[in-house]
Amino acid sequence: MSTHVNPAHSAHAHGHEHHDSGSSTVLGFWLYLMTDCILFATAFATYSVLFQNTAGGIAGKDIFELKYVLVETFALLLSSITYGFAMICAHKGNKAGVIGFLLVTFLFGALFIGMEVNEFHHLIVEGHGPNASAFLSAFFALVGLHGLHVTAGLLWMAVLMLETRKRGLQPRTLTRLSCLSLFWHFLDIVWICVFTVVYLMGAM
Amino acid sequence: MINRKHPTIARGLALAFVAVLAGCHGGILDPKGQVAADEKSLIITATVLMMLVVVPVIVMTLAFAWKYRASNTNATYTPKWAHSHKIEAIVWLVPCVIIVFLAILAWKTTHRLDPYRPLDSDKKPVTIEAVSLNWKWVFIYPDLHIATVNQIAFPVDVPVNFKITSGSVMNSFFIPQLGGQIYAMTGMMTRLHLIANEAGSYDGLSSNYSGAGFSGMHFKAIATRTPAEFDAWVKQVREKSSRTLDAAAFDALSKPSENHPVEYFSSVTPDLFTTILNRYMSNHMVMRAPGKPGQLADLKSGTCTPVAKE
Amino acid sequence: MFGKLSLDAIPFHEPIIMVTLAGVGVVGLALIAAITRFGKWGYLWKEWFTSVDHKRIGVMYIIVALVMLLRGFADALMMRTQLALATNGHLGVLPPEHYDQIFTAHGVIMIIFMAMPFMTGLMNIVVPLQIGARDVAFPFLNSLSFWLLVAAAALVNVSLGVGEFARTGWVAYPPLAELAYSPGVGVDYYTWALQIAGVGTTLTAINFLVTVIKMRAPGMKWMQMPIFTWTCTWANVLIVASFPILTGALALLSLDRYMDFHFFTNDGGGNAMMYINLFWAWGHPEVYILVLPAFGVFSEVISTFTGKRLFGYASMVWASGAITVLSFLVWLHHFFTMGSGANVNAFFGIATMIIAVPTGVKLFNWLFTIYRGRLHFTAPVMWTLGFMVTFSIGGMTGVLMSVPGADFVLHNSLFLIAHFHNTIIGGAVFGYLAGFSFWFPKAFGFKLNEKLGKAAFWFWQSGFYFAFVPLYILGFMGMTRRLNHTNNPDWTPWLYLACVGAVLILLGIACQLLQLYVSLRDREKNEDVSGDPWNGHTLEWSTSSPPPFYNFATLPVVHDIDAFTDMKEKGIAYARPACYEPIHMPKNTSAGIFIAAFVGVAGFAAIWHIWWLAVIGLIGVVASFLVRAYDDDVDYYVQPDEIERIESAHLKKIAKQA
Repeated sequence: MSTHVNPAHSAHAHGHEHHDSGSSTVLGFWLYLMTDCILFATAFATYSVLFQNTAGGIAGKDIFELKYVLVETFALLLSSITYGFAMICAHKGNKAGVIGFLLVTFLFGALFIGMEVNEFHHLIVEGHGPNASAFLSAFFALVGLHGLHVTAGLLWMAVLMLETRKRGLQPRTLTRLSCLSLFWHFLDIVWICVFTVVYLMGAM
Repeated sequence: MINRKHPTIARGLALAFVAVLAGCHGGILDPKGQVAADEKSLIITATVLMMLVVVPVIVMTLAFAWKYRASNTNATYTPKWAHSHKIEAIVWLVPCVIIVFLAILAWKTTHRLDPYRPLDSDKKPVTIEAVSLNWKWVFIYPDLHIATVNQIAFPVDVPVNFKITSGSVMNSFFIPQLGGQIYAMTGMMTRLHLIANEAGSYDGLSSNYSGAGFSGMHFKAIATRTPAEFDAWVKQVREKSSRTLDAAAFDALSKPSENHPVEYFSSVTPDLFTTILNRYMSNHMVMRAPGKPGQLADLKSGTCTPVAKE
Repeated sequence: MFGKLSLDAIPFHEPIIMVTLAGVGVVGLALIAAITRFGKWGYLWKEWFTSVDHKRIGVMYIIVALVMLLRGFADALMMRTQLALATNGHLGVLPPEHYDQIFTAHGVIMIIFMAMPFMTGLMNIVVPLQIGARDVAFPFLNSLSFWLLVAAAALVNVSLGVGEFARTGWVAYPPLAELAYSPGVGVDYYTWALQIAGVGTTLTAINFLVTVIKMRAPGMKWMQMPIFTWTCTWANVLIVASFPILTGALALLSLDRYMDFHFFTNDGGGNAMMYINLFWAWGHPEVYILVLPAFGVFSEVISTFTGKRLFGYASMVWASGAITVLSFLVWLHHFFTMGSGANVNAFFGIATMIIAVPTGVKLFNWLFTIYRGRLHFTAPVMWTLGFMVTFSIGGMTGVLMSVPGADFVLHNSLFLIAHFHNTIIGGAVFGYLAGFSFWFPKAFGFKLNEKLGKAAFWFWQSGFYFAFVPLYILGFMGMTRRLNHTNNPDWTPWLYLACVGAVLILLGIACQLLQLYVSLRDREKNEDVSGDPWNGHTLEWSTSSPPPFYNFATLPVVHDIDAFTDMKEKGIAYARPACYEPIHMPKNTSAGIFIAAFVGVAGFAAIWHIWWLAVIGLIGVVASFLVRAYDDDVDYYVQPDEIERIESAHLKKIAKQA
């Protein structure tokens, strides 16, 4: 009876043993993003079905201020770039750089959310809240869903800044930074779709 | 539980079995109109076609299981045999062939039996507008300016054009013995074209659950033997009632009620049906523009046009 | 302070509910007393509730599924009784406001809280073992998924005694499900329970996808994965792609109900058709999520008990893949009668029929697996043969309804009810029950009583035909679904027969409960010493029964689809390695329970509009998650001497038996 152990195989096997090992976590997170992508697709589909159902009220072209939204868009796009710099620092082991760039990213993200909240506030005050029509319901739901994601991302970023500061750039922290990086860039891509479908096409 | 008038279970079973063999008295296998008859024959054709695969599969399952039972050591045993191009080709091909035939059948009959397609007939059709409410059906005869609750009539062999909407939740308008059903939805108009080729009084119902009073949401569809009999029914509607179905009367009807009795209205406010449709602002949709069979129910834009007065 | 919640929410005036609650209370108290009496709380908490071991989580999933099966089946019995009594003008015993909750709860429970956990449980127990892994990719997440399901199931059951459940049918179509027509909390129970369970399901799917991608045993190629693992993988792909749509649709419905949005309302320009489309864009894939793993079970059972390789393995894999893709292209067949054009209807009808092709291929492949095999008529085989006959009929009626012209008269009728029970019971449930008796010895170390298992099968099988053939006929006779009472003498006898069928299935379930008791009593007699009671093909049978917590002392090396058969033939099946290496394992954690408990509290609070409590629940979720995320004490190494001890004991046992 053979009792040999193939050394090559056991080496291979060793990599499989680690639970929550970095590459699995990133793959799992990527799969989660795919489910999120479908959630956004649902919101987009609903918006495109309902955007003409204004119930006699205002339509997109009446309320969208493209210049304002363009500033928002650039805030978010720039935050993606600064997050990219943070990741470069992370891979170089530059802890201060990571925290610094995350802080800049956070500020851009907060600016984006602040502007969005301001836009929502104005609309609601003017009587164009989500209760006014199916179009506005769909608008608030789609843009709001993205906004909620960005907010969650900001909270996560705050936690990771603390983690980096306290524990340094351990493998686990690096994995988490990579996941948030995926999340942040994903939200950027979604926003480009929101900007195009909701604002650009709506304002036309 | 079982009173005296009630047939005993055994007798009931026997009766029912005979009824099924005789074509399901009163159901969709007992059609009284061309549309329903076509749908019945479609069901039978499709079933027979599928039996060509299903029966052999069932027989083979039982036969193989018996023949290759473990105790039958005479049967061939090939534990490693797991692949055969020939068999695999056949098992993919046979279902494909059946499905091709079924697909052709489905494509043709879906167009022929499209509920939106007006029926071919040299007789002038009767138009009936149907509105589902909690939990009753309101019918308007726009050409005759009468309205009813839970009862309609039309002459035999005359096509009936139904325009259907809802004043509350979603229902489905269905007269099983005359043919297929279509949903009734607020702010939208759906269409259905039926015909009765045999006189009689047929059960109509909502087949889509709509709340507590759903089980009592029945109506009668009377196919009169002659046009004269139909005229007599219309006359009866006008004479038995002096009420007008206007917005106020409709709102009164809209209050939930169960097992609502038959009601007649000798006159109707013009365009009441359109008013009901338009009540749900900016949700005015025709599922498909009339006169353009085959046009897709484009949810995105095309359907959001206001209902044109016809 | 308590939102909409007050003492009026408890249905004191409903004797049926109060008696049920009293019964549940007595049984629950007895259980709690027994556990306390025998001092088992610590054991349950340490070894089960906080376990991250996929096998134990799988067992707990199946226990939840069986409990919910009893609840859902009680609903079914009440419905059949009501319809057998409420004929010829009689109103029966259940008024609509109660009866309508029952059929809604029956559908929701059977699909979301019976079938889904049963499938997830089997997948949990079997898949990591089949691919030669020591656990899933994210063991803690697995525990969290399970407890989220428990929280959701708890909400559904709480609705029995506090408030009400939805009276909308399990699809909760608006505008009926909107506040204007369903002002009570029933629909909110429905949406929150489904949302919480749905998140758990999605996390499970992600977890198992990563597991099969990253953790297959050395040497195991994609096309060497056991067929059950393959079908589960396809089902997980479907979950990842479809559950977010349900989450979205229910979220929009909740926005309508809670914040006066206008997605699906009658007023404000809402469009209820959008919900119906979204619901079925999830709902149709969902039935394949249920049935594909069952197909995998049948494949494993047939090839094991014929002592033969599975015929057409590659065909099976690709047929499942084809079903996965096609299931997203057919959702409109749930509403041919909504007024779409003939071209649209015909397209979706034909797309639906095409699914019959890969499904038919699977049936033929099972047939040719039996062909030239040595079929042992064990209980799992009985379920499988019963399935092959029954499912053929269910498939046929399904294809019949995919022809739009036929569907116009069959839609919403009892024919439809008979059809989907034919596929879900005759397909999915039979598969789970086959898998249950097939893998039971693996999970518990002893076999189930064969006689009672077969008796259960015959009651289920005959009960199924008695219960559902009458429904097919009633559908032809024009009877629609969800009726509370009928008044047609022609229908009455068939309604009686269907009730008889339900009683037969009840006897089947009774046999299964008795089987569990008898098998537990005789467990020493039926012990599975070798871990390979059926001469199995795949790696789960290479371990002891039940397997050690680390599954494999050394990771197996795979050269064949039937990896364990291959090892047995080469004579290396029970080989002892030169030495054991330390094994890295996750530690048990209670974080999943706490997070899910906070989620459950937040859900309950949201249902009753108790906002302060909802906020506390949410804060609890985030806080307990963070505590877990920064816990450094999550894993350990099993030392070689302990492995040596466990493995030697097992090998000694085998040698002794031989």
